[in-house]
Amino acid sequence: MMAYIARRLFYAIPILIGVNLITFVLFFMVNSPDDMARAQLGAKQTTPAMIETWKAERGYDKPLFFNNEAPGLVKFSDTLFVEESLKLFVFDFGRSDSGRDIGADILERMWPSLQIALPTFAIGLITTITLALLIVLFRGTALDTSAMVIAVMIMSISGLFYIIAGQVLFSKILNWVPISGYEPGWAGVKFVILPVLIGVFAGLGAGTRWYRSIFLEEINRDYVRTARAKGLSEIKVLFKHVLPNGMLPILTGVVVVIPSLFMGSLIMESFFGIPGLGSYTIDAINAQDFAIVKAMVFFGAVLYIIGLILTDISYTIFDPRVRLS
Amino acid sequence: MLFEGARFVLLGAATLGLVACSDQWNTPYTNEQVASNTLFSAFSAPPKHLDPVRSYSSNEWAINAQILEPPLQYHYLKRPYTLEPLTLSKMPEVRYLNQQGEPVLATDADLAYSEVVLNIKPGIQYQPHPAFVKDEQGALRYAALSAKDLSGLKSPFDLKDQSSRELVAADYAYAIKRMAVRQNHSPILDSMNEHIVGLAEFSEQISEQRTQADSDAFFDLRPHEIEGIKVVNDYELRIRLHGVYPQFMYWLSMNFFAPVPWEVMQFYAQPGLVDLNISFDTFPVGTGPYRLVENNPNRRMRLQKHPNYQPQYYPNDSLAENMPSSLLADAGKRLPMIDEVVYTLEKENVPYWNKFLQGYYDASGVSADSFDQAVQVSVNGELDLTGEMKTKDIQMRSSVQPTIFYLAFNMLDEVVGGYDEKAQKLRQAISIAVNYEEFISIFMNERGLAAQGPIPPGIFGHVDGEAGVNPYVHDWHEGEARRKSLETARQLLAEAGYPEGRNQQTGRPLQLNYDAVATGPDDRSRMDWMRKQFEQLGIELMIRSTDYNRFQDKVRKGDAQIFFWGWNADYPDPENFLFLLYGPNSSVATNGAGINSSNYANPEFDRLFEQIRTMENTPERMAKLQQMIDIARQDAPWIWGLHPRSLSLYHSWYKNVWPNSLANNTIKYLAIDAEQRAQKQAQWNQPIVWPLWLTAAIILWLIIWARRVYRQRQQQRVITGDNAS
Repeated sequence: MMAYIARRLFYAIPILIGVNLITFVLFFMVNSPDDMARAQLGAKQTTPAMIETWKAERGYDKPLFFNNEAPGLVKFSDTLFVEESLKLFVFDFGRSDSGRDIGADILERMWPSLQIALPTFAIGLITTITLALLIVLFRGTALDTSAMVIAVMIMSISGLFYIIAGQVLFSKILNWVPISGYEPGWAGVKFVILPVLIGVFAGLGAGTRWYRSIFLEEINRDYVRTARAKGLSEIKVLFKHVLPNGMLPILTGVVVVIPSLFMGSLIMESFFGIPGLGSYTIDAINAQDFAIVKAMVFFGAVLYIIGLILTDISYTIFDPRVRLS
Repeated sequence: MLFEGARFVLLGAATLGLVACSDQWNTPYTNEQVASNTLFSAFSAPPKHLDPVRSYSSNEWAINAQILEPPLQYHYLKRPYTLEPLTLSKMPEVRYLNQQGEPVLATDADLAYSEVVLNIKPGIQYQPHPAFVKDEQGALRYAALSAKDLSGLKSPFDLKDQSSRELVAADYAYAIKRMAVRQNHSPILDSMNEHIVGLAEFSEQISEQRTQADSDAFFDLRPHEIEGIKVVNDYELRIRLHGVYPQFMYWLSMNFFAPVPWEVMQFYAQPGLVDLNISFDTFPVGTGPYRLVENNPNRRMRLQKHPNYQPQYYPNDSLAENMPSSLLADAGKRLPMIDEVVYTLEKENVPYWNKFLQGYYDASGVSADSFDQAVQVSVNGELDLTGEMKTKDIQMRSSVQPTIFYLAFNMLDEVVGGYDEKAQKLRQAISIAVNYEEFISIFMNERGLAAQGPIPPGIFGHVDGEAGVNPYVHDWHEGEARRKSLETARQLLAEAGYPEGRNQQTGRPLQLNYDAVATGPDDRSRMDWMRKQFEQLGIELMIRSTDYNRFQDKVRKGDAQIFFWGWNADYPDPENFLFLLYGPNSSVATNGAGINSSNYANPEFDRLFEQIRTMENTPERMAKLQQMIDIARQDAPWIWGLHPRSLSLYHSWYKNVWPNSLANNTIKYLAIDAEQRAQKQAQWNQPIVWPLWLTAAIILWLIIWARRVYRQRQQQRVITGDNAS
């Protein structure tokens, strides 16, 4: 397995270079270094001298991919792309164009994101799987039909509606929880309850429908019939036999997102005042802060690759027939 | 398993029952915080820079103006806006000198320099900071922080000891030297280079030296001198300016001129601190009434009262007519009156507005979403609070901002530009047709004032009433300005060579281009409205929507034909608005560096501008200003647009609120009645508990029902007895 992981990590290098290249091309197609300087300097009158100093300080005065004035191979190495990309591969994210240390910002902001994303993910997963199994238990009854109708309704409504409606109902009308805010640690539980509940609820419809279909496929298999023939109760059949066997397709979609939980949720964090990473990238795009954009795209790509490797590893745990080689 | 679920629900209900015993579940603060003399406010966009050398945005100044103290400030209550000493013992004395440095009169022809003399009050102390701490030998204790010291450091105040020192004149000189270093990105360096003697040369030299030096090491500016800056002694600083520049006094009220102690710069230059986001840009230090003790721009910023703040008192001057007497309730009291200010990041309007209504924020603006809930507009356009707000005893303050939003014509454009009579008439016709009173009513909920010229109310040169009406666009009728009829506009358009919006010679319809940053869904209705305004004259308006970068680029290069732009006053002087129309500031002529984006250049206007820019506010200056405004009105390089009106709401426990658009250091004048706030918060936020019990009962019933159904199904015979046999 170690050889497999090492090989996957090796394959990741060209992927990350490619991702970085696309980020560079797309970003500089929309923003020129002069535009970035003007946005960062924020002065009412931006003079050419101010722009040139700003660019020189951050290396934006260098060519993007090819330095015609440099000799030999330096034509490629003395460029913005190579200089900035190399640092990323050793996780040196540098400073944002406004001067803040990006690594420190990511470290500070990923924990609040996790404080919301992790319980939402865990509670959401457990709840949807449990609900899906219960619906399968009552398959073919009015409860099954009603649950599917409700699930479609939940899916059909925008997540933003749940956030605003949840804030108005639970925080303003019923006065149960703070409408927004954040505190680290246990003091922050009261701030976390509502976003987690809304996150779980908003994902309930799609999750339940998907898992139900997976379990329904499993329920007609031979091993289930055998289990029933042995006299096991339906609950035991579902939770002890159908659930583990149904986990493989679930894992495909679930494990891959675990590392990305660090990245947070843009809308949820904005509305609930969570100081997480959710809005970090989008704010940087709006502020034309390329240093943050490239760091976050790279970081996201790394997390995604880790997620894919973890998914493969999880297969071996839940299905002993799968071997990584 | 179903029983497990029931147990869980019962346990949850019991927990909620216990929680129900406490008072307010939805409070984002602790009881101690609510009861303390703390102001709770919010910010929607994190400040990028707090370093006074480069911060220039209003959201940045809202914070660092409480921390830093330039030499002058605006009087909190006096109108028109009046400067007064802040760290000075008296207003700066201005001496006029000739080339040899000998005193001359302001009117003398050989006047070469003005010398501004600043006399600093003795005894003003900096906020306590580790940078000032000295050991027994008198050396700075925290000048060489170890890795151990840096470990886990979140702010400079995590270091054990803090100390202070007295403000001296050299600190102001140090701030000006920092401004000169190009790498510090001062937005006003190029402007100041023109005025402060020797600054341009110094800037060139020192920036070059800075480039050679290690960019992460402390770059000590003390040994370097600027020709025009002289530190006479600890309490006297002289700044020499080229010629006469009265507006310099206004610059002295801005944070660019706030003192910078060299010890603090040395402290922050230590390796490792910037990697922790601890710098002068994130934790500035000054002599102001508050110090920044927490700075997480993504979550919260916290200001704490400066324990040794200089003796400053709430003004007790007599009030203008429209000011409530309650504003003098705290007259003569020592400032600041609030102990702590907590700013929380609220990016979205919904939570911000609702927390204000719950009493968890002491004040709020009024967004478009909440306008109808908060404000009602009478038939004659007066704004008043709704019944809901009045029930909560919420108060409202409104003021016209020293800002102008205008629709500019590119004067270099072949169709809408030019200075002949026909071109003037074309622009005047369009100025009449674009009905900004309607725009204010539809898109701004009456929060604006149609502009009659470039100078907003409250600035010298603005004239109210009939005398202030733009005669090319409005008429004075029954005590108010009324926009001229569309008939008049059509007549002017015909005289301009476009009868019914068609070119008289070619017969082709007049087609104009409007460049705008209109990328959001909300912009569409504005663009439709704009198109309709031109349609009234038969002109076809093409909207060229683009992103902000491209838009700016077009304007700088003179490629835009008609575009929307705005200007917010730096200081309350007409020069700060009229220079937007001064020919030599033309954007195209200066390769995009100039501020005159419509590229307007009228020699007579420019000649008068050169006269008024250095004049005192005298009747003579007023007469020249009116002349200039008349010229601009006739030429109509702008459709004069509007001056926005700010609207703020605040709770009854929040005292001494009075809008001051130019002063930023106003928190020190405010007061909070924390007891009243706690009472109101408790009254408005009692939790409603019965839905919890109802929900628990429903879930319990569902579980019991499901269990019964499950058991029935489990016990159901698939094959009945008869069939079995």
